[in-house]
Amino acid sequence: MPNIQGSTTPPIAELPPIAADVLVIGGGLSGTWAALAAAQAGARVVLADKGYCGASGVAATSGPGHWWVPPDPDARAEAIRQRMAIAGGIADPAWMERILDITWTTLPTIADVYDFSTDEAGTVQYRGLRGPEYLRAMRRKIHRLGVRILDQSPALELLADSDGTIVGARGLRRQRGEAWTVRAGAVILATGGCAFKSRLLGSHTNTGDGHLMAAEAGVDFSGMEFSTYHTVAPAHSTMTRSMSFAFATYYDGEGREIAVPPGDTTRTLARAMLDGPVLCSLHRMPADIRERLRRVQPNMMLPFDRGGADPFTQRFPVLLRPEGTIRGSGGIRLADDDCGTAADGLFVVGDAATREPVAGAVSGGGAILAAWALSSGVIAGRAAAARAARQGRRTDTAARPLGQAGLRPARHAAAVDPRAVTAAVQAEMLPYDKTIFRRGPALARSLSRLEGVWNDLRDHLDGEGAATAGETVQARESAALTAVARWCTRAALVRPESRGMHLRVDAPASHPALARRLTVGGLDRLWSRFEGPAPQPLEHPVVPQAGAA
Amino acid sequence: MISLVIADRCTGCQVCVRVCPTNVFDAVRGGPPVIARQQDCQTCFLCELYCQPDALYVDPDCETPAAVSAEEVERSGQRGRYRRDSGWDEWAGDPRYANEHWRMDQIFARARALS
Repeated sequence: MPNIQGSTTPPIAELPPIAADVLVIGGGLSGTWAALAAAQAGARVVLADKGYCGASGVAATSGPGHWWVPPDPDARAEAIRQRMAIAGGIADPAWMERILDITWTTLPTIADVYDFSTDEAGTVQYRGLRGPEYLRAMRRKIHRLGVRILDQSPALELLADSDGTIVGARGLRRQRGEAWTVRAGAVILATGGCAFKSRLLGSHTNTGDGHLMAAEAGVDFSGMEFSTYHTVAPAHSTMTRSMSFAFATYYDGEGREIAVPPGDTTRTLARAMLDGPVLCSLHRMPADIRERLRRVQPNMMLPFDRGGADPFTQRFPVLLRPEGTIRGSGGIRLADDDCGTAADGLFVVGDAATREPVAGAVSGGGAILAAWALSSGVIAGRAAAARAARQGRRTDTAARPLGQAGLRPARHAAAVDPRAVTAAVQAEMLPYDKTIFRRGPALARSLSRLEGVWNDLRDHLDGEGAATAGETVQARESAALTAVARWCTRAALVRPESRGMHLRVDAPASHPALARRLTVGGLDRLWSRFEGPAPQPLEHPVVPQAGAA
Repeated sequence: MISLVIADRCTGCQVCVRVCPTNVFDAVRGGPPVIARQQDCQTCFLCELYCQPDALYVDPDCETPAAVSAEEVERSGQRGRYRRDSGWDEWAGDPRYANEHWRMDQIFARARALS
């Protein structure tokens, strides 16, 4: 490894560096679209996935129905108007227009690998695809175009040259105990959002790895307070398929029906769940829909078919699975219209990026997020390919690895259990009373505890010195989870109002002066600032001491 | 959580080892893979979808490992059902397992009309 300094990895064999024009980290929906666009633009592309490109990511287990509006100016304007009306004043109609257009023109181009359905009238239905088939098709498509796919190959860290330009990444082939290095003219982060291992369907690998790698490259975040979306699921299950719950009737532990005001399902159910068990019945689902349910969503009935209740005649317990930043809207801040970031050479797509331009302060739901994953992938894939064509792969420059917390202890290595770290993070990020119903003092206490967890792992957790590749990955994941939790909590603390999904019980109103995006950043010392040219709305926010700068 | 590799159904193809997003299996040369990291399973059921001999069983409980036998799975009729319902492999083209995912919008509209 002549170009890597400071790397000490005793049990792991280093593979010779792979040269590429574009490296995509993450092989879910946005990553495969990015790889496809870059390859179609003529780039030599490598895609590295922590698990398996085709099964990884939240889209592979769901059914993305894209935001889909025909190119009729009035229809597009109306669709955008409706979204702007609920976006909390921080979305951007130009970005919405852009993703509607890219989605409409691009999605049909995978008809050679995805068997789009036709309705009774013979019209091809492009909008909604089944996740497993969609990702399998995307894998086939990029494979045919010559994209080199590294499966079971989690990225650990980015590589930068002496100017700070991102020139590649390094990670592990975890089933072989080998370390990979890819040197590339551009790197695209497609690592997804972070749900803090809440058991949301398909989200277990979405641990914020890309967020941490980006922060180590000097990149900041936007909208991290918009990270409180939840989805209902049968208790003990991961099955967060929400369609059937549109017919749900909910009951409290005494058997009384819970009145759910339209648009307030999550908070109503969460309040009831904080008081006791909540049960559900799907008896209102019409018989014809029950009959075809498995053809629409083959996985939805698995928890019931395999030893559960009959959901149409029996009441079954439910819970809410936190989505964190997945169907939240916060993420890595975009620095330009090409999905570039504040770090030269680094792009970001899909749920790893902030979705505020297209969703604002509310969730984009499946539709807008799928359109965003596709469109941001196309935009960044093309831009990254163009950059590599312009500037070359830069494989001859020296590169230094940027990985810190969880990988290389700042002080001496000591026993830190990544599972205990993860549990400590979850204790702050998963309980409904801390996330759905936020309060300043509780947020400050959470942040203080998270600071303690961070300081300990930063100083002592020695992922590189771990005995196995799996333990190295686990250590790094625990650091990423902690980092994302700190940014989310800091953002929630310094936005002293309620907006969109961000509810501050101690500040329930929205303030017009705060209808602006909030940037957070920092690794050891957190910082935050509201965007915009006007004076900061809160020069001295009422922030209880939390150990953060 | 992944519960069973049904040894007498398994062909040893190791596809599940390759496709599992959370790397729960370890390959075994010339034999069925082992469930090496059950607690890492994210209960996504995708290994079943990719297992053509239907030799895997994922229990829907994602929190507590279930004790279930191959005989119980066989009796339940659930072995291979998810792959069949999804219309994969030999079930492709069978109208009983057609992909009607595109109806999702209609179904949401029906729910809105009912409420």
